Amino acid sequence: MSIDPQQQPAGAGPGSATVAPAPEISARADEARDARREQFRLLRRSKTFIAGSLILGFWVICAIFGDLIAPDDPFATDPLNDLAAPSGDHWFGTDRLGRDVLSRVIVGAQDILLVAPLATLLATALGTVLGLVTGYFRGAVDDVISRIIDALLALPVVVLGSVAIVALGPSNSTLIIVIGLAFAPVIARTVRAAVLTEREYEYVAAARLRNENTPYILFAEILPNVSGPIMVEFTVRLGYAIFAIATLSFLGLGIQPPAPDWGVQIAEHYGLISGGYWWPVLFPALAVASLVTAVNLMADGISQAFERG
Amino acid sequence: MARFIAKRVALGLVTLWLLSVMIFLLAQVLPGDVARRILGPFADQSAVDALNEELGTDRSLITQYLDWIGGFVTGDMGESLAFRRPVEDVLGPALVNSAKLALVAFIIVVPLAILGGVYAALKEARPADRLISVGGLSATAIPEFVWAVVLILVFALTLDLLPVTAQAPPGAGFFTELKYLLLPALCLVFVLFGYIARMARAGTIESLDADYTRTAIIKGLPRRAVIRRHVLRNSLLPTIAVVATQLGYLIGGLVVIEVIFNYNGIGQALYDALQAKDFPLIQSAVLIVGIVYLVATLLADIAYSVLNPRVRLGAAE
Amino acid sequence: MSTATATAPALELRDLEVAYRVRGVWRPVLRGVSLSIGQGESYGLVGESGCGKSTAAFAALRFLARNGRVSSGSIHVGGEDLLAMDEAGVRHLRTSQIAMVYQNPTGALNPSIRIGDQVAEVFAIAGAGEKEATERAHEMLRKVQIADPASVMRRYPHQLSGGMNQRVVIAMALANDPTLLILDEPTTGLDATVEAEVLDLVAALRDEFDTSLLFITHNLAVVAKMCDRLGVLYAGRVLEEGPVQEVFDNPRHPYTVGLLRCIPRGGIRKYDQQLDTIPGFLPQLGAELPGCVYTDRCALAQDICRREEPPLYDVGDEHRSRCHFHERAQELPRATAAEAVKRPKTEAEDPVVRTEGVRKTFHQEGHDIHALADISFALKPGETLGLVGESGSGKTTLARTLLGLTAPDEGSVVELDGRQLAPGIRKRDREQVRALQIVFQNPDSALNRRFSIHRIIARALTLLRGDRGEELENRLRDLAHSVRFDVRLIQARPAQLSGGLKQRVAIARAFAGDPRVVVCDEPTSALDVSVQAAILNLLAELQANEGVAYLFISHDLGVVRYLSDRIAVLYLGRLMEFGEADAVYNAPQHPYTEALLSSVPGAEGEERPRIRLEGDIPSAADPPSGCVFHTRCPRYIGDVCHQQEPELKEVEPGHFWRCHYSVEELRELQKTAPPERPAAAPAPEDAP
Repeated sequence: MSIDPQQQPAGAGPGSATVAPAPEISARADEARDARREQFRLLRRSKTFIAGSLILGFWVICAIFGDLIAPDDPFATDPLNDLAAPSGDHWFGTDRLGRDVLSRVIVGAQDILLVAPLATLLATALGTVLGLVTGYFRGAVDDVISRIIDALLALPVVVLGSVAIVALGPSNSTLIIVIGLAFAPVIARTVRAAVLTEREYEYVAAARLRNENTPYILFAEILPNVSGPIMVEFTVRLGYAIFAIATLSFLGLGIQPPAPDWGVQIAEHYGLISGGYWWPVLFPALAVASLVTAVNLMADGISQAFERG
Repeated sequence: MARFIAKRVALGLVTLWLLSVMIFLLAQVLPGDVARRILGPFADQSAVDALNEELGTDRSLITQYLDWIGGFVTGDMGESLAFRRPVEDVLGPALVNSAKLALVAFIIVVPLAILGGVYAALKEARPADRLISVGGLSATAIPEFVWAVVLILVFALTLDLLPVTAQAPPGAGFFTELKYLLLPALCLVFVLFGYIARMARAGTIESLDADYTRTAIIKGLPRRAVIRRHVLRNSLLPTIAVVATQLGYLIGGLVVIEVIFNYNGIGQALYDALQAKDFPLIQSAVLIVGIVYLVATLLADIAYSVLNPRVRLGAAE
Repeated sequence: MSTATATAPALELRDLEVAYRVRGVWRPVLRGVSLSIGQGESYGLVGESGCGKSTAAFAALRFLARNGRVSSGSIHVGGEDLLAMDEAGVRHLRTSQIAMVYQNPTGALNPSIRIGDQVAEVFAIAGAGEKEATERAHEMLRKVQIADPASVMRRYPHQLSGGMNQRVVIAMALANDPTLLILDEPTTGLDATVEAEVLDLVAALRDEFDTSLLFITHNLAVVAKMCDRLGVLYAGRVLEEGPVQEVFDNPRHPYTVGLLRCIPRGGIRKYDQQLDTIPGFLPQLGAELPGCVYTDRCALAQDICRREEPPLYDVGDEHRSRCHFHERAQELPRATAAEAVKRPKTEAEDPVVRTEGVRKTFHQEGHDIHALADISFALKPGETLGLVGESGSGKTTLARTLLGLTAPDEGSVVELDGRQLAPGIRKRDREQVRALQIVFQNPDSALNRRFSIHRIIARALTLLRGDRGEELENRLRDLAHSVRFDVRLIQARPAQLSGGLKQRVAIARAFAGDPRVVVCDEPTSALDVSVQAAILNLLAELQANEGVAYLFISHDLGVVRYLSDRIAVLYLGRLMEFGEADAVYNAPQHPYTEALLSSVPGAEGEERPRIRLEGDIPSAADPPSGCVFHTRCPRYIGDVCHQQEPELKEVEPGHFWRCHYSVEELRELQKTAPPERPAAAPAPEDAP
């Protein structure tokens, strides 16, 4: 038994013999933000995100309510009135078949806002699973799948997409599947990188020490922690998907006429520019530009807010 | 070091092989019955069979694949169905043309984007940075064909500065060719700028925040010397890899640009081949595209390893 | 060490206030810090995380983060007003007057520039030409005891060890003979023997150059060794200041008193008494603290403390304390009762874990890494086996092998309750999985940050015990109670909790399945000193109540001594010594243990003769021949040491070591310190 003068009883000192421990929750909790909620707050304040979502919101409304908003029937041809310059009757002029360009631009949002998100969802789902598997297992599984991914990535999406669509026949469903499969590898890469970091965290080792099965570790433990990068990837790829689908439509391999898709409209009319007929081309072009830019701005805002999953 | 390169090359070859198999299979889904497609639905079955035999499309897939690959490696890529000429005769000059266009675009965009990105990083969060970042981002987002349309409208038709096609008249001098290539190259530049600049910016910011930069400042080095000697060489290293991957986007953009500007490059060749369902041409063109990309990334990989002492020399412990 | 002279102090801070802007709000980090360091004097600034010590260090260089500013106060370096200077003046000061040594030396060096160029740069800035700069760089590297400067100058930082890089940083710092050298936790993260080397080097150079030191650290023992005076920093305020020995012998602030009581000193053991703790938690950076900043945690606090911040009272010769009740500081009542845990009554039971001949070799391209070789020991139920070793010793690998996360090589025997354990955890049954658990070092990494505490513990209960529903909730409450975790916080996420709380959760999770053995892998190393004591007490208490055996891994020898019944010393994957704690800590002992213990600065002032080990720890990929320690052994005998690896022999009952010496020989030899240069040990090769 050692003698320690500091052990002497307090005697008639101030305060009690033992002090009730102060509540140990840290002051950060007083600000009461869950990390997630904090990130959403940041997002709402990001100017780029707001700008992007406003524009996107506009086009979504056009897509859903296009038929109500459009001044004329987008499919109504009027051969006598073809290629009329913008005027009071037709704010954006008419195209080579006399159709109202404004109406076609408004309704043109429909297909692309259906196909692109679906394709991106497919790509994200696939890419996430692939990324989780390759990132967690490494070794032979990773080597083989990564080689295949590398091979797929060697081809630009437009090239790969073109060949696949010509092979399978152009339609909206083919488009969704092809674009979805084309973007999955890139997403897999990003997810894999995030998983590689995450698996070094000790909660993964702790899970293995409970003999958790692998699907649980991948989907219940690791996945929530990489959801940030996945969300960012989704939005970025959505932008690229719109980009790619518009390009393919322009090449005649995407959304098919007579759908008033913007890419199709541009393809049908760009030869006429040198004749001075700029309006059937410029307005759809601006529409594409604004939509893709909007999604990219949102992606930028999201990536800054969700920097760390 | 040599072992490292050899390993990378070997991996690249494996990827290349996988790619060729994938392309072959994809292209094979195309024609279905090749001879039938050429001769039409009313032709006699025996004529169809004869043509299939002549074209070699009745053999097993594996034989056809080996035939193709074997020929490809020696420069014989089969015969184009649409042009009825050897594929390599079509693709050879096309490749050269595309290379010219790509080179012009690259020479403009790479230095510009890196400078832009570094500058944005040095002025982080200030107006110049927001402008370059958001501007670059928006520019990248817009597809090439949209840029093409807008730029044509502005420069060619309104201002009448530049020609509408990319193909210079035969026998034109170097500068004339350049003038014709400028507009299409600019479309590509706008699309590629954003991502390269962003990577350069991110790399520079990371380098500026690093401990070793702090050490340099505390040593008493003036800010300019700190940036020049300590920051830049670390920040630009990751940019090498990015530039190589951007080559991929560039090639994708080539297809559209060459179509709009009516330029005889590999993109246009591929497009025409797709319209005609000319699978020998499609196969080889796509494989060439893949090869270019893989070679570029391999070179970038090697360059990165050589320039990064941590990879070049490895840890001693 | 000279005392302050009449000339201008090397550094003087007067009422310095520094604030950071976080999310638009300015938060105070330094709330009026005053200190003065005389010429040639060494001043230690001590505090836990968040106290602002690093900020003070960087402020002295006028290097603040982008979101930081000096709100008020002054900084004078060598008499010159730092805050009034222009850019050029500050740069000149940094070149010639002040220099800094950093916490992470490898990170502080540019990975893309050769060492030689980085060191020469310092001379170049001061005006030397290229050739001269290179020569002087060479000379400086020799001064920091780098054996082959020319070869090191050609290398890049990642090719050198942490200790080597720190020498390079020290060389750069002292190159232009600065008046003041600031050291920010310079040896945290270095192995004990390397740390001792570096500190000795700094002391020697300080004496040679007559430099003033500002030594920032959380480690009181290091301050005792290196400094003349010390200041205790808490929440950006200096709470006590004075000559080092005086403050240790006669602390006059409740915080200092508390800190000194938290640390296991004087060789006390868990059966002697529980460690005292400091209640409450460390304030967040920039928190609002009216009155005395320490009020919330102080057992002596009265109303006046909340209303009026105490000034610095003079309590002795150059000794000051910021406390209204400084005379009564040492009567501070204990926060934790002194009653110690009971020694387990049962003896001579069968071991719960037994290993024999465990070896593990990692195969990487080219070379094999021999992480473990011939490990044999037994762990008795309810006892703590302390595992001590530096980097490359294999302690983590051993733990992972036991737990089934890493499969040992063929022929290794690992038994639990007499049954051989499957090498991989997948093949072990639930009973075995429950029996072996772990508490990790870093609670931030060990708890899934997306889960609530409830989910973390409940999952463990479900999987290890099959609990569900109401039974699970009850059991969860019991567990939380046993680790003193407030059940009201059960739905919180880890990010909302302090480090100490998180570690309690991790402990609760480990105990969820009623384990027989818990591996504690540096469980308190990532925690502040005031929190460590509480966790150590908790571990001791749980062990006494549940009869759990611990495999306790730590680099902190004082903590190991406190908690362990028996101790194993590892070096390069081999057991060097093994036995009862007292036997291992006292002579006769293995030469490595002897050197290791001597390199740890003792806060109690008891001086062991310093034994210096040459060079770096050899790589496990290429272990030395014969006895793996022979390249650095200060008691090297001769050829037998590098030709023949000694067996692990039982030299006294229950006391084993791996050395060619016998007990009597070492007992005799260790009465005196070994010679400076041991007899003809083959020179250790520098890393290729």
